[in-house]
Amino acid sequence: MIIGLDTGGTHVDAVLIENGKIIDKTKKPTDKSNLFESIWKTLEELLKNKNLDCIEKINLSTTIPTNAIVEGKGSKVAMFIEGGPGIDPANFICGDHVFFLDGYIDHRGREIKPLNEDLVRKKAEYISSKDIKSFAVVTKFSIRNPSHELQVKDVLTKLGFSPVTMGHTLSGKLSFPRRIYTAYLNSAIFSSFNEFAHAVRKTLKQKGLNVPIHILKADGGTMSLNEASKYPVQTIFSGPAASVMGCLASFNLQKDALLLDIGGTTTDISFLADGVPLFIPDGIAISDYPTLVRSIINISIGLGGDSAIKINERGNIIIGPERQGPPMALDGPTPTPSDAMIVLEKLNFGSKEKASYAMSLIADKIGVTIEKAAEKIYDKFGEIIKEKTNEILHKINSHPVYTIQELLYGKRIKPENIVVIGGPAKAVAPILEKKFNIPCKIPQNHEITNAIGAALTRRTLEVTLLADTERKILSVPEMGIYKKVDSSYNLDSAKRDAIKLLHQQLKNLDADSYLNEVEIIEENSFNMVRGFFTSGKNIRLRAQIKPGLIYRIGDDKDA
Amino acid sequence: MLKAKNKLGLVFFPAFDWQISPTHPERQERLLYTMDQLNEEGVFDIDGIKLFNPTIATEQDIQRVHFCYPDVKTRVPQSHLISAGGSIRAAEGVLKGEVQKSFAIVRPPGHHAYRVVYGDRGFCIVNIEAIMVENIRKRFGNKKIAIIDTDCHHGDGTQDIFWNDKDTLFISFHQDGRTIYPGSGFVEEFGGPGGFGYNINIPLPPNTGEEGFLYVLDNLVLPILEEYKPDLIINSAGQDNHYTDPITNMNFTAQGYAKLNERLNPDIAVLEGGYSIEGALPYVNLGIILAMAGIDYSKVKEPDYSFEKLKQSDDITEYIKVLCEKIYSKWKRREKTAYKLFNRKDSVIRNKNIYYDTDGIMENQREKIKVCSECSGLIVIESSSNIGQDLLAITIPRDGCNKCIDEGYNLYKKTNNNYSKVYLQDKINDQFFDK
Ligand SMILES: [Zn+2]
Ligand SMILES: [Zn+2]
Repeated sequence: MIIGLDTGGTHVDAVLIENGKIIDKTKKPTDKSNLFESIWKTLEELLKNKNLDCIEKINLSTTIPTNAIVEGKGSKVAMFIEGGPGIDPANFICGDHVFFLDGYIDHRGREIKPLNEDLVRKKAEYISSKDIKSFAVVTKFSIRNPSHELQVKDVLTKLGFSPVTMGHTLSGKLSFPRRIYTAYLNSAIFSSFNEFAHAVRKTLKQKGLNVPIHILKADGGTMSLNEASKYPVQTIFSGPAASVMGCLASFNLQKDALLLDIGGTTTDISFLADGVPLFIPDGIAISDYPTLVRSIINISIGLGGDSAIKINERGNIIIGPERQGPPMALDGPTPTPSDAMIVLEKLNFGSKEKASYAMSLIADKIGVTIEKAAEKIYDKFGEIIKEKTNEILHKINSHPVYTIQELLYGKRIKPENIVVIGGPAKAVAPILEKKFNIPCKIPQNHEITNAIGAALTRRTLEVTLLADTERKILSVPEMGIYKKVDSSYNLDSAKRDAIKLLHQQLKNLDADSYLNEVEIIEENSFNMVRGFFTSGKNIRLRAQIKPGLIYRIGDDKDA
Repeated sequence: MLKAKNKLGLVFFPAFDWQISPTHPERQERLLYTMDQLNEEGVFDIDGIKLFNPTIATEQDIQRVHFCYPDVKTRVPQSHLISAGGSIRAAEGVLKGEVQKSFAIVRPPGHHAYRVVYGDRGFCIVNIEAIMVENIRKRFGNKKIAIIDTDCHHGDGTQDIFWNDKDTLFISFHQDGRTIYPGSGFVEEFGGPGGFGYNINIPLPPNTGEEGFLYVLDNLVLPILEEYKPDLIINSAGQDNHYTDPITNMNFTAQGYAKLNERLNPDIAVLEGGYSIEGALPYVNLGIILAMAGIDYSKVKEPDYSFEKLKQSDDITEYIKVLCEKIYSKWKRREKTAYKLFNRKDSVIRNKNIYYDTDGIMENQREKIKVCSECSGLIVIESSSNIGQDLLAITIPRDGCNKCIDEGYNLYKKTNNNYSKVYLQDKINDQFFDK
């Protein structure tokens, strides 16, 4: 049996799944002042009268790192930043103490100017007197050559600082500013995450549950609690990913699809491309910090069942973006889409009379019947979702391309199905079908789709391999590899190595059942010419285990 | 977060699947390190910088400028339609008000492509700025446009295309044609009878540095622009004046290019040449982007930059000073000189030998421009080359008078057997005929 647990803003949801069947589920309110306690209470209830020996693993999503960042409650962090020529790195200051280094690594990974270790030592000693333990170090182009970051870490570790997050370990992607923010955040939330991890381990042990613990990531995959303890920043914003994976677990979706999670205040929009969740190109942004954390696209719009409805001076219906309280059917202050759907008998809760009164307020203003007003609001609700979706799709489909091939024949996302979850899912499905003119599906158990997703999602991994055969250097930043290769190294060798590395990593993680799932997602080999002769190859490759599921719930439904 | 003072549109299209040949300067690798630098700097994350994908230039876009032999479909590969389309997209961003300025970092380049096109010369097949300029005029009105070509090579193709057009002021600064390809671009090349004085060449001595380029800008180019008052300024932003460029001999720098763009303040910049792909392009492109966006670029310097090493000699400084004075007074006297030169003439004939170095084609051209008191004058080109039979190309200019229009159409109608191809470009009605 697998436990899946998702911590949301209002509820903690948990499920127990065995061989594709949901054995039990629990929903408990979230106590923001004590998240660990909320998680623990939910688990206790779920596991009541269960045979704990049958539990194989626990997958959980936590909002602790996200909250720590959003609420500005992270630890104090000191930073070393080495910029070199380019945009002034003072633009990317974050953290409580920032020191700039004057060494430089260029775009090929060549050291142009060495690191000044004495300066590092001097500044670190100064920080020692400041009661700050956490450091982050980021140098420009460190994914091409991490030596300066390693040197700084070495000095800091010897002086007793911990954690020391090095930029190149977080992602193989280029972006010095994002690397700075991501490394800073990782160090800032390190101790709060580790406290949480410690509590989880201890409590489960006391309970006699000695099973692997996995934490959800924003990219729809999991990582072990131990890895997450080193790189907690990878666990931010995992909630939406859990819902997306839950939708995948409910249907056999092999084509492009639109995923909607409609709540009280917002609607979250995600997409599948050929059945695989679509990622944000660079990484997710949190509290104004753009990061390199890989994440599923999940865009919130201010439209939900409880959104406030107004009529503007031109007599148009405006829904949202703010929520002023519950629907009037539940004694709320303003008419809401839920009131409209109660009048139309698509939803059934609260007082129908009060909902009807809510609609009469609208009807009077635009001079139609109560019924008609409700219909207009319902239609508008679908219309807004459609407009926003198309806007987002347009953006996605005009993503930058760099080859003629891609420009002329590149993939365009065109959803063929909608999957909708959340409170008003059933009520809204018909209007979505009408507006988009494609089938709209609702998972069974759609109130705990997130927990199902958490339970069934599997390990994701990504590596970036760069080989420069002129410099005879190979680097795989995410794995800390930086070594010599000979000049005969080519794209095929790179593919073999990337796959081998991922295989090894999977074996180390006891996740070898996914060995066949490794895929190369980007491969480029550029001939480097100096003078009139080919002097080497510049090989760039990315490989991954894409987000996926152990298995789907129940039988395969038609896609 | 970093914020751009000027909203800047970028078309960044490195065409990683296109090359002239594996070891050619125009190969896949050309913008690879520029892309790395821009990505690493987080340029595309800057608030106010917008990335556009290129559009694809149409046959009509090409025909507004060129006579492609035998036709556009045969002569112009997809790659060139895309770099022309990239420039068009950049211009569109500005003219539609999506952004305040834009920079098309596209390849292949275009400024060596003449009106008539038999093939590739100087890595160019079609003239991407000229195509952009005529597309702008077609969609957004007949604007007065200044093209400032800062590539190290003379923009001979752009000169050829706008030779007789005073609504397009073309100023090219480049390494002296006596010392480098394509061997043209002298002060005396000053425009045809309909646009005399609106084609200005500033041939600079080898080893000109930051000081010299900025001197020319401040003391010649900016004053002329001040008087010309263009609606749009375009920088044909070749980057081969850089001190590390392998095929040129100048000493310009990333800081210099950034300062030049800050002061010139172009509405649109389009990448042309520049083949120091590791030592120059990453820094120069970054410098230009920051300067155009109004972001501090003072820390953008090449890793091996040395002020002392790149300082220009006093001889060069003096030479450039004299040169600028000479050209400026030539500009001031342009109307008088034109009167003297063309007053009593019916037409002006130029014979041109045009060598297509990339494709090894030799073309012989006879260009006849009518001296007309009503308009800038009908242009008729007779051309032959070693790859095809003779052709005749007729251009009715945008300001063409009724007489020139009739003459153009009549000539097109009555010309037949002597030529393998006859073309008529009617720039008034935006029409193109060939037979
Ligand atoms: Zn050039
Ligand atoms: Zn005329």
